[in-house]
Amino acid sequence: MSLFQKFRAGLKKTSTKLAGEIKRIVTRAPRLDADALDELEAALIATDIGIGTTGAIIDQTKAAAKKTGQVDVFAIARAEIARELGVATHHLNKAPQAPTVVLLAGVNGAGKTTTTAKLAHLLKGQGNSVLLAACDTFRAAAIEQLKIWGGRVGCEVIAGEYGSDSAALAFDALGAALARKSDYLLVDTAGRLHTKQNLMEEMKKMHRVLQKRLPGTPHETLLVLDATTGSNALNQAREFHQLLGVTGLVVTKLDGTAKGGIVVAIARELKLPVKFIGLGEQLDDLQPFDPQQFAAALFSEPVA
Amino acid sequence: MFDSLSDKLQSVFKNLRGYGKLSESNVADALREVRVALLEADVNYKVAKDFIERTKQKALGQEVLASVQPGQQIIKIVHDELVNLMGGTEPVSVQFPQGNWLMVGLHGCGKTTSSGKLAKLLAKNGRKPLLVACDVYRPAAIDQIETLGKQIQVPVFALRDEKDVTKIGRQALAFAQAQGRDTVVFDTAGRLHIDEDLVQELVRLRDLVKPQEILLVADSATGQEAVNIAEHFDKALGITGIVLTKLDGDARGGAALSMRAVTGKPIKFAGVGEKLDDLEAFFPERMAGRILGMGDVVGLVEKAQEAFDAKEAERLQDKIADQSLNLEDFLAQMQQLKKLGPLQNLLGMLPGMGKMPDLSGSEAQMKRIEAIMQSMTREERRKPELLNASRRTRIAKGSGTSVAEVNDMLKQFNQMKRMMKDMGKMQKKMARKGALPPGMRLPR
Ligand SMILES: Nc1nc2c(ncn2[C@@H]2O[C@H](COP(=O)(O)OP(=O)(O)OP(=O)(O)O)[C@@H](O)[C@H]2O)c(=O)[nH]1
Ligand SMILES: Nc1nc2c(ncn2[C@@H]2O[C@H](COP(=O)(O)OP(=O)(O)OP(=O)(O)O)[C@@H](O)[C@H]2O)c(=O)[nH]1
Ligand SMILES: [Mg+2]
Ligand SMILES: [Mg+2]
Repeated sequence: MSLFQKFRAGLKKTSTKLAGEIKRIVTRAPRLDADALDELEAALIATDIGIGTTGAIIDQTKAAAKKTGQVDVFAIARAEIARELGVATHHLNKAPQAPTVVLLAGVNGAGKTTTTAKLAHLLKGQGNSVLLAACDTFRAAAIEQLKIWGGRVGCEVIAGEYGSDSAALAFDALGAALARKSDYLLVDTAGRLHTKQNLMEEMKKMHRVLQKRLPGTPHETLLVLDATTGSNALNQAREFHQLLGVTGLVVTKLDGTAKGGIVVAIARELKLPVKFIGLGEQLDDLQPFDPQQFAAALFSEPVA
Repeated sequence: MFDSLSDKLQSVFKNLRGYGKLSESNVADALREVRVALLEADVNYKVAKDFIERTKQKALGQEVLASVQPGQQIIKIVHDELVNLMGGTEPVSVQFPQGNWLMVGLHGCGKTTSSGKLAKLLAKNGRKPLLVACDVYRPAAIDQIETLGKQIQVPVFALRDEKDVTKIGRQALAFAQAQGRDTVVFDTAGRLHIDEDLVQELVRLRDLVKPQEILLVADSATGQEAVNIAEHFDKALGITGIVLTKLDGDARGGAALSMRAVTGKPIKFAGVGEKLDDLEAFFPERMAGRILGMGDVVGLVEKAQEAFDAKEAERLQDKIADQSLNLEDFLAQMQQLKKLGPLQNLLGMLPGMGKMPDLSGSEAQMKRIEAIMQSMTREERRKPELLNASRRTRIAKGSGTSVAEVNDMLKQFNQMKRMMKDMGKMQKKMARKGALPPGMRLPR
């Protein structure tokens, strides 16, 4: 199965279910009375796109129903979502001068380490030299995990001791990237809940130290989000963005049935672009994000 | 956001005062707000719908009590119904049967960490646990669980070159028997519930080890998918319970309700941190408060109890109950809380706090609030009602903030106080219960 097919297939399972639901509501009450609108609202919410976007779609639906008596909820939803997601920006920022430093952040278990490996694989495939920094010095076997990935991709991994200062390690790793003239330095960090002040400060410190070592770094701060996450992903994005100035999102685990709709709510509020999506546990299961395709996959009309 | 449920309900009922009956239309209006609240907390939309239907039946025709506002009455009905659904007022009692425990779930939900935590609890409860590494896919999965095993001094069985989990399972059982380990925890790889091949792998492992407990581990931040995940795993394996992880964050946790509703299986444990001590009994009442955005007053009081001396905690508890909590207490509390480390965790537990943008942010913003309170006289803190316009102006100047900020802070404080009172009864009820299952510690 190609990646594209995988993406479609994953989304399809849910989108057909949802589409069927919407179709059913609209067919039963074409004039969309209050009850039908309530149901429609609930069906939209089931995509995790958030109350705000749901409200916008409902309002437009109501307006259209009033004006023409005829509504294509699917078209309205697709257009609204594509609009909110903005234009595709599925490339990494590149530093004018190597190395380009990419920092990966996110809550526990989101998929940071795996994404680091996938990105390294992608960049290597494009002919770049890539260095990895194992800045998760806390979680059991986090360093071994990244080292194994590094071995598979064929990248050197800069690592320290468990319990050592992650910022100091980031500093050293950047030094190493400069010395080796690496094209990219990818910094994997420990999972942390956005509510934990001390861990967030640690993250900030890492950020600061990189800047100090080489102004302008990190060039890219990617927030890794699990597609299965509901509304809390918005809180995560808010906090990480406020702290670090996130430059892009990576949505993982989209090979499941979760729709990752919450990125719409995030794009709406924070205007953060989704850069990549994760579609599996293997190295090539990373794909650039396409808003149009995402909207279409989320809201395609069921074929009767 | 939705800590304002109680405000919204108050506005729905603004014209209704004691001795009426809750009518169809005002109940419907109120429940519409409740439904939005549930959805915002990630309760699955179908589950929310059913829930609202049932609650409606309960609410209709109830006398409006003179002593409480109708909005609060609805909240109580909703709250009680939520508690009921999630397992009743007692903390879910956990047993630690000898035999085999199988841990399953999606990628990264916390299976391996929870296995380690569980092994530790088992040992504490007199079992002789063995951890078994059945994740043959994730890089360094074995290293991870071996590290955890070492930390808690529980042996770990692993076969580094074996990819067949049933072979690992079989040998692990033999090993356990030979070594006299009476309780075996099988950590498995993360997998999608729709990945039929990998789900079948679990089915084979289950059929081999015939587990006493099959626990679905799930992230408390899970969105609408919670229903599908729980349904699939339950259908395939017949789970016996759920472990809800990462509750130390600020996820509202609607997934708890969704999963419980579709499987009927109890949530048995709550993961509240990355450390191996961070596994607790599950309290439906706390979860209900959390889902409704009313904060976790019980948890707060218990935390306070650990930090303050018992007398101070009792005083605080009384003050919350009789609504005499004043800014003086608030300030003292803030200063105490600082000693407890990460403020955010604690503040999230205070009703109304979720709505306090100034508090959810950085330490710097925290300091502003403190500065506002420190610019008040002691008297003013004790009797906030003294704070007229000119006093507020003075305080704003003194603290380098604006009058609007001072007003905001006071407004939030009053709101919090009100909600705390609502929770007072519930909290008293909890206090009477006390006894935790053996080996479970109080949350920290
Ligand atoms: N199905 C699927 N699984 C994924 C994807 N990305 C990551 N995973 C899995 O998710 C789990 C957690 O991934 P990690 O990369 O370790 O996550 P992390 O954010 O580094 O975790 P911590 O460092 O513990 O916070 C692993 O089992 C990965 O194989 C994806 O796109 N699809
Ligand atoms: N804050 C917090 N983190 C947790 C909790 N439980 C687990 N974690 C963290 O979540 C991340 C993933 O945990 P794991 O135990 O590796 O998850 P898993 O389900 O075994 O992952 P896979 O084997 O890759 O599917 C790690 O960073 C853990 O430290 C919890 O209750 N609270
Ligand atoms: Mg990691
Ligand atoms: Mg694991």
